[in-house]
Amino acid sequence: MSNSKESNYDTQWPLWEVFTQPRDGKPHEHAGSLHAPDAEKALENARDVYARRKEAVNIWVVQTEDITASTPEDQGPFFDPANDKPYRYPKFYNPPRAVKKRS
Amino acid sequence: MDEQEKQQEFQEKIDSGITIEPKDWMPERYRSQLIRMMSQHAHSEVVGMLPEGNWITRAPSLRRKMILLSKVQDEAGHGLYLYSATETLGTTREKVIDDLLEGKAKYSSIFNYPTLTWADVMVIGWLVDGAAIINQTMLARSSYGPYSRAMVRICKEESFHKKQGYEMVATMAQGTPEQQEMVQDAVNRWWWPTMMMFGPHDDDSPNSAELIKWGVKSKTNDELRQSFVDRHVEEAKAVGIEIPDPELEFNEETGHYDFGEIDWDEFWNVVKGNGPMNRERMKAKREAHENGEWVREAAEEYARKQKLSKEKAS
Amino acid sequence: MSTKTKTLTKQEAFFEYLVRLADDRLILGHRLSEWCGHGPILEEDIALANVALDNIGHAASLYEYAAEVEGEDRHRDDIVYFRNDPEYKNLKMVELPKGDFGFTIARQFLFSAFSFFLYQGLAKADDEQFSGMAEKHLKEIKYHLRHSREWVLRLGDGTDESHQRMQDAFDGIWTFTGELFYMDEVDELLIDEGLGIDTSVFREDWKNLVTDVLEEATVTVPDFDQYMAEGGRKGLHTEHLGHLLAEMQHLRRSYPDAVWE
Repeated sequence: MSNSKESNYDTQWPLWEVFTQPRDGKPHEHAGSLHAPDAEKALENARDVYARRKEAVNIWVVQTEDITASTPEDQGPFFDPANDKPYRYPKFYNPPRAVKKRS
Repeated sequence: MDEQEKQQEFQEKIDSGITIEPKDWMPERYRSQLIRMMSQHAHSEVVGMLPEGNWITRAPSLRRKMILLSKVQDEAGHGLYLYSATETLGTTREKVIDDLLEGKAKYSSIFNYPTLTWADVMVIGWLVDGAAIINQTMLARSSYGPYSRAMVRICKEESFHKKQGYEMVATMAQGTPEQQEMVQDAVNRWWWPTMMMFGPHDDDSPNSAELIKWGVKSKTNDELRQSFVDRHVEEAKAVGIEIPDPELEFNEETGHYDFGEIDWDEFWNVVKGNGPMNRERMKAKREAHENGEWVREAAEEYARKQKLSKEKAS
Repeated sequence: MSTKTKTLTKQEAFFEYLVRLADDRLILGHRLSEWCGHGPILEEDIALANVALDNIGHAASLYEYAAEVEGEDRHRDDIVYFRNDPEYKNLKMVELPKGDFGFTIARQFLFSAFSFFLYQGLAKADDEQFSGMAEKHLKEIKYHLRHSREWVLRLGDGTDESHQRMQDAFDGIWTFTGELFYMDEVDELLIDEGLGIDTSVFREDWKNLVTDVLEEATVTVPDFDQYMAEGGRKGLHTEHLGHLLAEMQHLRRSYPDAVWE
């Protein structure tokens, strides 16, 4: 056991990301991460770590290395173009006054 | 963009209150300072389980037993949140835990003091968690996103930790003569070590200015210590506990309590590993780690075999 | 004293039944709580603390109800802190030292599997408060069973070392499994009253569940018909319980007049 440091086995297990659904009907949101040897144990650990206070009605776990995220460099090309498309918002439109009053 | 421009842009982001996220560019020193600070914080939570856990099996009522067990369990959770947040900076939990077990990393010196009576555990809840809350409320506004988010979660969960301690301290302070003696004795032993938790004076704290510049911290050690004193002296008075500091006095001019000087020789001595419990704490953590090795190995081997047989089947 | 002592009343039997259930869970919870801060990995530290908390919580509500049934105005802590070991009626299995993680898991699995069947019955007991409690606790027991079962699989079918440790754990604890199904006049009376469960009814189901899991975990199933130790239900314990209670009770007993809530 003393030379364990040299073996490749001194593991803390792979990293997983945990998403919890706080209430029925709500979307899942990122709660945090944890270490687990496999999906079943990740789910159990997530329940014990991130739902000790009834914070969740449902849990997703996914191994961290399986997540593809946009990078800070993507920020401009990904998200800025949305700024100049005002027609995607209801306030862009002017319905006739009479109709507006009724709603 | 050259290094200097990046540095400048980074500082501008910090100054305008923009949160730094894991994949954003950051100065190497910001990264390394955060790894040091956050892993220390995580280690403190995990080592802190030991002095309190020392009394779980001896708790004097079932209610207190359940409270204490769930509190110490929370500390494990908080260590976990913080280790995870540290990992977003490009290190691994294996690495930072190795550093702890090999004595390369520090943790809060407060946990190198022994819990000799039940009252110690309750005074830890009141004073030590009280001090931690002051520190953590500040860190919840830290510039590094994962750190600040972990802190928000921790602060939310910890709100009961101090309260349960103060509640029992109050009960004991108004209890039998033996209980009163026990709780006052615990306060006498824990007050000064708790005061030391905020670290050296600002003049002797080399990291402070930098951490403030980077928005990791927003208050100095001495400022945090002062708010701890102001708050806890009042709480002590309310339940008839005496604070073991003859120089403690309310200063009308500043609106704060003046207090005596910390024994810095003791502080540095404990930091260097010579506190009453340094060796035992590390021994307990190393043993848990070594005794758990076969379990961690087995789970990983099982996962490997399962994956293999699934691949074969498909 | 003659062997023909006075007959047990329903009230006495019910009190005894509740205390036996509670003692099992308190003592097991105590052993589990010893892991806090010493688990094999942080995640598992949290998991074991949860199982410990559940068990102690179940015990707390059972003691509370026992005190109510007794009707002598005792607090649940009076039952917990001021009884000596012969008055404790837990199974011997739960008082054994925590051992290594493998032993803790083996015991948890066997006990949770038993509780899983027992509580399905208790959830239908002819007493609303009792059955409601059992129904609520059953949800947590199902989780304990899942958690421990998954570990038995991983450790039994993990490395050579873990396999051997699990085999040793099951071999070592096996002689204490017979007591799970111990029944005496307390049980008989309560079965007639619709409050207790005839555990022989689900003994085969329990054996099958245990056998399936152990076999899947590549652990050799020890002999169900070997000599089985008993005595816990009559207050005849192993030497371990005395130490456990000394630790658990000493502070409370040192200051019996103090308030510790």
